This record gives sequence, C-alpha cells and structure tokens, in this order.
Amino acid sequence: MRRYVPKDNVQKKAKYTDRFWVAPRVPREPVEDEFFISVLENLKSENIEILDSFIELKHLVIQIKPEDNVKVLKNLKEKSCFKTCVDLSAVDYLAQDGEFEVFYILLNYDQAKRVRVETRIKENQAIESVEKIYRSANFAEREMYDMFGIYVNNHSYLKRILMPDDWVGHPLLKTYPLQGDEAASWYEVDKIFGKEYRDIIGPELRDPARIDRYDTKRFARIGHEVPFGADPSLVDKTETKIEDGYSKTFLTDYTKESKQLEKRK
Amino acid sequence: MEERSVRMAQHQVNYASSGGLPVALTTVDHILNWGRSNSLWPLTYGLACCAIEMMASGASRYDFDRMGVIFRASPRQADVMILAGTLTKKHAEFTRRLYDQMAEPKWVISMGSCANTGGMFNTYSIVQGVDRIVPVDIYLPGCAPRPETLQYAMMMLQKKIRRESANMKKNKKQRFI
Repeated sequence: MRRYVPKDNVQKKAKYTDRFWVAPRVPREPVEDEFFISVLENLKSENIEILDSFIELKHLVIQIKPEDNVKVLKNLKEKSCFKTCVDLSAVDYLAQDGEFEVFYILLNYDQAKRVRVETRIKENQAIESVEKIYRSANFAEREMYDMFGIYVNNHSYLKRILMPDDWVGHPLLKTYPLQGDEAASWYEVDKIFGKEYRDIIGPELRDPARIDRYDTKRFARIGHEVPFGADPSLVDKTETKIEDGYSKTFLTDYTKESKQLEKRK
Repeated sequence: MEERSVRMAQHQVNYASSGGLPVALTTVDHILNWGRSNSLWPLTYGLACCAIEMMASGASRYDFDRMGVIFRASPRQADVMILAGTLTKKHAEFTRRLYDQMAEPKWVISMGSCANTGGMFNTYSIVQGVDRIVPVDIYLPGCAPRPETLQYAMMMLQKKIRRESANMKKNKKQRFI
C-alpha cells in the first residue's frame, strides 16, 4: 500500500515557493560520436548552414534556419539513414523571445541513434511541410497547426486534428487560459442549443479546489454541520462542533497507533 | 398468492369469491411502469475509463442481464443513456444527437465524476457536467464507480420509474428543451 503522507492544508501550500527558480538545463556536450560527426559532415557537404550542434542526453541536436528544414530532413533521411520521424511539434517561446521553436525528432534504427532538429520561427511565419519526406509528419503538422496556430505550407490537408473545426484559439499557446476563454466556455451550448440558451443553462460551474469555511451549501463543513444554505454570517453563532460526527467514525486517524493500520502500511 | 403479485396489485383479490380466476387488479400506470422498469435497455455508450466498469457490469460476473438490462448498440432501441466517462466539448454535439434519437420514454444516468461535474478535468475542452447537454435522472458518483454501484444506480432508476406517471407528459422533468 502507498505510504501515508499527511494531507492537512495541502491545497494551501504552493507547489513552487521560489518565484525565481529556473529549472536546471540539461548539460550540452560537444559532438564526439563518430556517427554524429558523419551526420554533420553529410549536412555540410550540401552547404547547409548549421547554427549550432551539440549532444543532449546522448542525442544530437542540430539548430538550423527555418527555410532549410526540408533540405536538412531530406539529407538526414537519405544520407544518414534517419528513416523515422518520431515526433514534430513546437514550443511557445513568444513571451520570452517572440518566437516559436519547431522541432523534429528523427530516429535511425540501424545505429539506434536519435537526432533533434530545431528551428526558430517568428509568430506569424509559416513553415514548409515535411510531409513529402516523412508521412508521419502529416498528423503531427496538423496537430502543431491546431495547438499553436503555426501555418504549414504545402501540407496536403491542413485542418485541425484534436479540437473541433470551429474552435476559437490555439490551446497550447502560453497565453491560452487553462480553463478556456469565452468562446470555449460556451462552445457546447452555442453549438447544440444556440446562443439564446446561454441564459437558461448558465455559466460553467468550476471547482476552485478550495474549501471555504463559510460555504454552507457544499460538503465543506465536516464536523461543523449547519442547516443547508444557512446564512454564512450567522454560522459562527449557530455552529457547534460535532465531536463524534464524521471525524471519528468515518475518517481514519492515521496518527493513532493501531495494529490493523500497521499491517495495512 | 405470491408476495410479489400482491405488491403489484392495488386491490387484493379474494379468489374464493371470484370463482378461482387468477385475476389481479392494478392501474395502467403501475403495469406500464412495471414493464418499463424491468426491461431497461441502455445505450452502449462508453466515453472513457468508466466504460470499462460499465462493460464489467454487463459481463458474466456482475451480469446486468438478470435485471433486464441489455445493452443496445442503437439509440433507437435504447431507453437509458449511461454517460460513462469524460465528455469532451467536441463530442457534446453527438451526445445530444444520440439522446434526441432515443425514443420516449428515455432516461439518463450520468456515471462517474467526469460526467457529473467534469471531475478532475477542470480544463477548456471538457464539458463541466453533462447536465449542460442532456437532462440527467441519476448522478452516480465515483471515479470510476464499481459495477455494483452502477447496478445500484440502475435499481434507483427503476424505483424512480415506478414512482412516476406512465404518461410522460405528466412528468414534469426539469428540461430546458
């Protein structure tokens, strides 16, 4: 059984207490591997400009210009035998640098080596499709378009893949609110019943994941029960702590020593 | 006379005086609801992990069939819609369409936290409670509810059906459409 950790006030505790904490970077190492050196040489033989290249966690990372992406991937596939495009997506660095990072993760089965090709594009800049080289890029590029709004040129069927076609906004952008914007919160109501039903159905009720001591309508007052919907201002006068209520009968006291609990632990 | 038929009949019949005929008197409401509540056919409509529990309820160990609950693959043949799992906003439209395709009388069981309130998916893409889309009769808590719980919910629904009028127009359900 899982070990018990006290969960008192766990919701009040902030997960990150240091606002200025920066996650440590994975160390970047110089390219020393024979195979990876040959990969870079193959690229250089075609006069492709490599902005930077290094090893991260045994994987080669190549940073290139966005215009070169098709040329680079073609070279990697044909000359260095990276036959599979495992994944392709983007990272939103708009707030930090005003740019997206688009990355392609490729795999060479024979050598069991991976390479990541990274490129930076501006906010409204489109990128060329690599679908002709790797068929698996088809869905991945559609997802990138869906989640970030990055337009992919010459894609055979650039359409949203996860979200509905008439969705507003691109959810993986850092600026997109987790609980959805105005359009998202009314999406299903507008779609099914029409806008005039918004008033009838009402806004979404979302759980703030916080227990309000003076909430008399939800089950937030274990051990301090008052009548349902009682006036919160009167609660202090009316409430009496029910000692033998839930706290002793229903909730297990893990701090108390007991043979049964020991066995369960 | 069996206890069961006595309970069903509104008026006790004395067989000795009625010439030994096996006659039981009851109301139309009662007999219709008896029939409806004992053969609830749910729509096979698994949305997420609750569907696994729903399948388990239907399989041999828990055996939903013994309660007259037989899963149907078509909304036209179903009486109950068990919304088992997370409903995404993209899918909400189709859920409503399936609900509309079911013939009256129809009922809805919202199974699990996700269907009830959106559950742990407090995000942009999940419907925060299926009662925004379809009128719900039974809210079944749990994440995921065990098969026994689903069976209990079905029994509660049976109770509810037996209580209400057989004429669906008379049942003032909280319906927004």
